[in-house]
Amino acid sequence: MTGVTLPGLAERRRIAIVPAFNEEGSVAAVIDEIHSFDPGFEIVVINDGSSDRTGEIARSRGARVISLPFNLGIGAAMQTGFRFAQENGFNLAVQIDGDGQHDPAELPAILSPVLAGEADLVIGSRFLGDGAFRSSFTRRLGIRLFAWTVSAIAGQRLTDTTSGFRAVNRRGIVLFAADYPRDYPEVEATVMIVKHRLRLKEVPVQMRERATGRSSITALRSVYYIAKVLLALFVDLFRRGEAPMEDA
Amino acid sequence: MTPISVTIIASLGALGMLGVVFELIRRRHLRERYSLIWLLIGVVLLVLAAWRRGLNTLAGWMGVKGYPPSVIFAALLFFVLIMLLHYSIVISRLSDQNTTLAQRLALLEEEQLRRSEESREDG
Repeated sequence: MTGVTLPGLAERRRIAIVPAFNEEGSVAAVIDEIHSFDPGFEIVVINDGSSDRTGEIARSRGARVISLPFNLGIGAAMQTGFRFAQENGFNLAVQIDGDGQHDPAELPAILSPVLAGEADLVIGSRFLGDGAFRSSFTRRLGIRLFAWTVSAIAGQRLTDTTSGFRAVNRRGIVLFAADYPRDYPEVEATVMIVKHRLRLKEVPVQMRERATGRSSITALRSVYYIAKVLLALFVDLFRRGEAPMEDA
Repeated sequence: MTPISVTIIASLGALGMLGVVFELIRRRHLRERYSLIWLLIGVVLLVLAAWRRGLNTLAGWMGVKGYPPSVIFAALLFFVLIMLLHYSIVISRLSDQNTTLAQRLALLEEEQLRRSEESREDG
């Protein structure tokens, strides 16, 4: 059983959504680590059109596997997970990438504010606290730009809007099941939360180096990424106020 | 004034296009909503090509001095841009619908698998 007990965790119907695209080398360890942290987590691996054995390995480790017929990208994959969570009545969801860079041992950090009712979405940030993060110049530039832009829109200081290590409550699940951004979704999803007047909180976490595979974001792509996300944020400013959330 | 040869060639071109569109509709290779747009474009081009006085007047209004047929080019370019934009919209919508279908299919497959496993355990 787990050594960690968080107040309120046991009462929640909780799900770990693990997006995975060709992660046969790391997905088993991710599932095992989540289960050893808390066996009460339903683990759903969204197998995003992998051509390797990601799906079979995940199933053999006791995870539920939702296999998309072809690669839809991280945004649509995560939305699939949120739809599953919504339809099956889960009221606490965490996103843990299948590549192993998110350490399930850090789950208490992102879970606590949701369990305490302080936030609807909690983001694990690499930059709060003292964890050093090395990366290419363009990526650092992009991350800075996003942090600055989203902080201005949200009216609160945010440091790591591209982090995919997140926890949401039922309201967040319902929102993301209905509408979740495509391509490079994390930054826009953060703004969506703010626009729907849900509460957002960042907590410091340590992230690991990727266990296997390599980041889907290469140098040239990161320029496209920056432009695309900034455009999306800009356009969002001209959209009319989002419809108020129905109570979950 | 527009050279008579330009008028003839442009008119024949527009007529040819109308003919092709009509044949495509007849064989049901074009859906109604598209066939209407294409027929409209063909008719406008034909009018611009064949009605020499009209083209001259229109060119005068637009401030085109010297070579009235450039108005035909402008109209053609405008239609091409509009159609391309229209296709971008259609592709975006199809792609969204495709994504939703893929998600639904994956969710249903998972549910079916789970049910068949449960019924095997029960039985």
